[in-house]
Amino acid sequence: MSSVLFDVPGPKARLRHRLLAVVGVLAVVGVVGFIGYRFYDSGQFEPRLWEWLQYETVQLELLARLGNTLRAFAVAAVLAVLLGAVLAAGRLSDHAVWRVPATVVVEVFRAIPLLIMIFIFYFGLPTVDIKPSQFVAVVAGLTLYNGSVLAEVFRAGVLSLPRGQAEAAYALGMRKTQVMVQVLLPQALRAMLPTIVSQLVVLLKDTALGFIINYKELLDYAKYLGTQGQFGRPLVPMTIVVAAVYIAMCLLLTWVAVSLEKRNRRNKKIVEPENRAAEQVVLSNASGV
Amino acid sequence: MSVLSTYSDLFLRAFGTTIQLFLFSAVGSLVLGTFLAMLRVSPVPVFRAAGAVYVTLVRNTPLTLVFFFFAFAYPLLKMLRLEPFQGAVVALTLYTSAFICEVVRSGINTVPVGQAEASRALGLTFGQMLFNVVLPQALRTVVPPLVSTLIALLKNTTIAAGFSVSDAGSISYVLSEEGANMLVGLSWVAFFFVLLVIPLTLVQRALEKRWSVAR
Repeated sequence: MSSVLFDVPGPKARLRHRLLAVVGVLAVVGVVGFIGYRFYDSGQFEPRLWEWLQYETVQLELLARLGNTLRAFAVAAVLAVLLGAVLAAGRLSDHAVWRVPATVVVEVFRAIPLLIMIFIFYFGLPTVDIKPSQFVAVVAGLTLYNGSVLAEVFRAGVLSLPRGQAEAAYALGMRKTQVMVQVLLPQALRAMLPTIVSQLVVLLKDTALGFIINYKELLDYAKYLGTQGQFGRPLVPMTIVVAAVYIAMCLLLTWVAVSLEKRNRRNKKIVEPENRAAEQVVLSNASGV
Repeated sequence: MSVLSTYSDLFLRAFGTTIQLFLFSAVGSLVLGTFLAMLRVSPVPVFRAAGAVYVTLVRNTPLTLVFFFFAFAYPLLKMLRLEPFQGAVVALTLYTSAFICEVVRSGINTVPVGQAEASRALGLTFGQMLFNVVLPQALRTVVPPLVSTLIALLKNTTIAAGFSVSDAGSISYVLSEEGANMLVGLSWVAFFFVLLVIPLTLVQRALEKRWSVAR
């Protein structure tokens, strides 16, 4: 890791590092302090702006909105995993009839910005007299995009298994489906689980896009409450609270991914994949909003 | 077809804004991201911690929330005024740089230990070692994932449309005002994004194949 880049410091270097550390602390304190001062100076820390936290209706509504966010997340996550499995099966198929359409679908839906996809569902479909609700539009967009990404993850996971696994199974006289379902998938799934969970973090963050089409989620409530004069327009406190909620939820999911990975590493039954292909897919898609 | 020909001006202008937004924030986030990566591998623990905290916080925040902050909350702080476009560039830069930082850092970690050890044995300082030996090699392995991050950035620019920047995402608002066929119009927007993104993906795959052999 990073420690290989430098030696254990000697006396001179230690002094220099200590000096740099002081400079660093001063810089960080300076930046954070300046931001804090701006918050203070513009009155964002005034108790009146935080009073809304005490109202029961506000708390209940916050919880309801959080529930909406989580509902979109849960439904989209399940559907995306299913779609990903179907598309991956298509991409891994030996028949071009399945492989080509699946490849096209995966490539196209990974290339279209998620927001545009949500817009197509929400603003586009009504022209052909289908009127999806905001929830349906958000979930459909999230499912298509993350399903395509997960399809790549699944495919990379299956392909990264040692070739001997499939060869041995074929030598035993198993059929193609048996090889996939009984030999490859159980191993691949275990190895891929942490990667899938990290992709779900992206999905969770993307639910915030619902804000743009007024899906009644956390950010939407932040904007509503933030413009209420009776609480003194607490937009900044509201943003901080919502950010904290999102960061907490995402860190929780990341923690699940990391602990799954640790468990995998301890478990001797798991065949170490030959490369980190599945993780590469997610790394390169990680910034999908 | 009629939607595209009627609104060709709008499409050109909107995608022009998108590409501008992309270029500004790409340069910004590459610079900031590399700087953050340097912080994260530096020998001074405080720098490492600062980099780590920034990356963790930003990576776990939805981009929409970052935009939300700059569009609605930031003006209340009465600091430097930002136009919507500038605000979008700042939001995209701050967000994407965290991902670029992780990509560059993982690239630095792929450079064999011997390289850093050898440069230390030659008496290079940490900065010299980083700039002359490690980073040039790291960048090679890093370019393919970097291109994917930039593709994601290009797609992410559409979110600015929700915060009064007239980029490609905002085409839908204009179309709905004018009562045009939204399904066709938005399909064209999606098509142009596919047209922009797929060549980049192909470039990225080609680089990946070529440079993975070279190492």
